[in-house]
Amino acid sequence: MSATSDIIRNGLWTNNPGLVQLLGLCPLLAVSNSVVNALGLGLATLLVLTASNIAVSAIRDVVRDEIRIPVFVLVIAAFVTTVELAMNAWLHELYTILGIFIPLIVTNCAIIGRAEAFASRNPVAHAALDGFMMGLGFALALLALGALRELLGAGTLLADAELLFGPVAESWTITVIPEFRGFLLAILPPGAFIGLALLIAAKNAWERRQPKPAAQPTTAGAEPDAA
Amino acid sequence: MSIRRQMAVSAGLLALFAVIGGVLVAGTETLTRDRIIEQQRAALRATLNEVLPADRYTNTLLDDTVTLSDPDLLGTDEPVIGYRAWLGDEPVALLFPVVAPDGYSGDIRLLIGVDADGVLTGVRVLDHRETPGLGDAIETRRGDWIRQFAGLSLDQPPAAQWKVRKDGGQFDQFAGATITPRAVVKAVRKALVFFEQNQNLLFTQPPTSP
Repeated sequence: MSATSDIIRNGLWTNNPGLVQLLGLCPLLAVSNSVVNALGLGLATLLVLTASNIAVSAIRDVVRDEIRIPVFVLVIAAFVTTVELAMNAWLHELYTILGIFIPLIVTNCAIIGRAEAFASRNPVAHAALDGFMMGLGFALALLALGALRELLGAGTLLADAELLFGPVAESWTITVIPEFRGFLLAILPPGAFIGLALLIAAKNAWERRQPKPAAQPTTAGAEPDAA
Repeated sequence: MSIRRQMAVSAGLLALFAVIGGVLVAGTETLTRDRIIEQQRAALRATLNEVLPADRYTNTLLDDTVTLSDPDLLGTDEPVIGYRAWLGDEPVALLFPVVAPDGYSGDIRLLIGVDADGVLTGVRVLDHRETPGLGDAIETRRGDWIRQFAGLSLDQPPAAQWKVRKDGGQFDQFAGATITPRAVVKAVRKALVFFEQNQNLLFTQPPTSP
């Protein structure tokens, strides 16, 4: 199996930051009450993670061990601030909704975790792919949770899409269950925890049903999930 | 390499990255500054126009402001900014934010529009933390409840009717939520009282320089 497909599989599934590593839970739980919010934060995180992985990998030979962490923090903070300013300028309404969770991307452990564990030890191309795939994995987990909660809580999908995609998206809202007053719990904070737990359970159940590939019997007992 | 030299190199590198990061952020800030200010003004203008349609006044609303302060009637200890609307030289309305401090979970911030005759042009919720699905029916996206205030004044309905139905007044409460509408009704009435008490001053004082 090539390194590339390993990286892709790791980010999206085996080591998904949201569902397996459980990193960045705070934004994952707080902003996943609708598809559009989830997508907005997911894209911002994806952007920061890819950019910071590229930068960290590019400077990995220059930066000495003693100052590695402060430099990573600097790089990540600079990228997050850039993304924050850009969103404030071009996606103003969404920016006001996501509010504090944009600057808080800095504290998403998934980002410094990837910088430290992967980007600082691998060439730029691989680091970029890893950042993108991890970001995508996080965004997809966020999106799944957002869709689940919006569907149960409001009976719609993609409400307020125009905040993210502009006026063309005003008609994108899909009312799945018309005249539905909403299952309140799904939108409230407990809904986030329950929803995430259900997603993780579903992922684990699905994996258990898959026949173990005979070629790698040794890895079966050493699933990273167990840690 | 001596330890001193190593430390100097590390410090130098760290400083270099700090400068690069600083330049990146400062550059983006310069590029986006005007656009952010314009976006904020556009968002504010859109909110104000919800309460008073743009065709009812001719001045630049955002540039004609007065500072208002009345901890009791406005619901906040902080001074707030009121926006004056004019049609030529005629005062049309005053738009100002008030706080309903007794919501179900914390402050409800409202924007009130009152025309020169003391009649409400509209009320909108700026922000709140009421329970989603229950108290948030005060938002226009969740219901039309908040729109009923347009056209009302201190005498219309009479003082005894300026309450939610449960308290003997004319305003509906929502299923499962009485506290939220009660707080809003009370804050709107107080805003009208404030306007009546200060009306003569409000349109004669010079605008606050921005």
